[in-house]
Amino acid sequence: MREVQVETIRDAIEEMCISVCHELSDDMKQCLYKAYDTETSDIGKKILGQLKENLDIAKEEMIPICQDTGMAVIFLKVGQDVHLMGGDIKDAVNEGVRRGYTKGYLRKSVVADPIERVNTKDNTPAVIHYEIVPGDKVTVTLAPKGFGSENMSRVFMLKPADGIEGVKNAILTAVKDAGPNACPPMVVGVGVGGTFEKCALMAKEALTRPAGVHSDIKYVKDLEEEMLTKINELDIGPAGLGGVTTAFAVNINTYPTHIAGLPVAVNICCHVNRHITKEI
Amino acid sequence: MDKHITVPFDRSVSESLKAGDYIYLSGTVYVARDAAHKRMTEALEKGEDLPFDIKDQTIYYMGPSPAREGRVIGSAGPTTASRMDKYAPRLMDLGQTGMIGKGKRTEAVKDAMIRNGVTYFAAVGGAGALLSKCITASEVIAYDDLGTEAVRKLTVHDFPVIVVMDCHGNSLY
Ligand code: SF4
Repeated sequence: MREVQVETIRDAIEEMCISVCHELSDDMKQCLYKAYDTETSDIGKKILGQLKENLDIAKEEMIPICQDTGMAVIFLKVGQDVHLMGGDIKDAVNEGVRRGYTKGYLRKSVVADPIERVNTKDNTPAVIHYEIVPGDKVTVTLAPKGFGSENMSRVFMLKPADGIEGVKNAILTAVKDAGPNACPPMVVGVGVGGTFEKCALMAKEALTRPAGVHSDIKYVKDLEEEMLTKINELDIGPAGLGGVTTAFAVNINTYPTHIAGLPVAVNICCHVNRHITKEI
Repeated sequence: MDKHITVPFDRSVSESLKAGDYIYLSGTVYVARDAAHKRMTEALEKGEDLPFDIKDQTIYYMGPSPAREGRVIGSAGPTTASRMDKYAPRLMDLGQTGMIGKGKRTEAVKDAMIRNGVTYFAAVGGAGALLSKCITASEVIAYDDLGTEAVRKLTVHDFPVIVVMDCHGNSLY
């Protein structure tokens, strides 16, 4: 049994909130640089140029890449040989978010109730997904999610007869509907299988997979590549003003499902696809 | 075509702008998003005044991140305009001539734009750090309790936008 103090996790989250909102991961930066070189539309290239400059300014001057610094989504994978000490883990995670968003001058975008809508003023609570895994480590992944793109995400409860064509259709439908609202170039996270909530969770987690890393399953990898090509043929383009750069990546996760169903979730993310992982 | 325009502007200036024009705005814009639009509409329903005179003004749909010490504003890029669609036609009918946001609008908004000679500009979503550099002053003028959703008055200099819908019914989307 390894003992881990919850305040260690709190402090890690505080630091991760600040860094992830000011600098994108290398995979996302590379996607943008590459797209700038390959984009064929003039306006598209101009916009990608602005996005490159935006990343430089954000990092150098510590101004968040985007003003929507999101709702903090946290995946907490806790080794079964870990004993969490020193308080309630949920409180510690939220305290980390509170400190990070306050000290980092990040936007407080969370309301305490979906109908009454009073801002909590510290961006808490976070959305926390816990998983118990083998080992004695705690892996924390933080992925603040902006809602311009979150609002364009969809769940489709397809029928088994819809098959892979149905899945393709669902992905393209969600991307087309998202269009300029989701701040393209997008990253598209897809969950296929499981149940209603499982596919949505897989889609969310797929967004944290580095762009360019594909599924281990052959047909899924092929599907990811085919969908990326098809999406980039839609001519939505940077900022939705046309061009060959509509998405940077399509990441698909799958899970066994019921004989009667084929759930598909499409979680759309913008080019500010923030994710960071730390092992404690 | 690249153009430099001073804000606020009147209907005749708005009518000269075409979908696809790349514009640098300089002058004053007002900031309001979801909660502020709801409150402004409620004020009108009660017969009260808006927090600013809307004639010829441009509203930027935006909620900034907090400013660090010594800075004017934090990150300051556009939010999705369609969430304001329910409220926007009424404000256009009162004389508003410009909107800055991102994404598609409803037919009702398009109709109100044509009726009143209003231009809809897109700023690049997710470029909030870059756009903040074009803002030289920022002041909360109403609804301070709404935090990031308060109504602000901004001074902008060469703020880059694209005309995505003009008042003649043309759209780039
Ligand atoms: S969708 Fe993404 S880039 Fe666009 S405003 Fe929201 S967080 Fe920013």
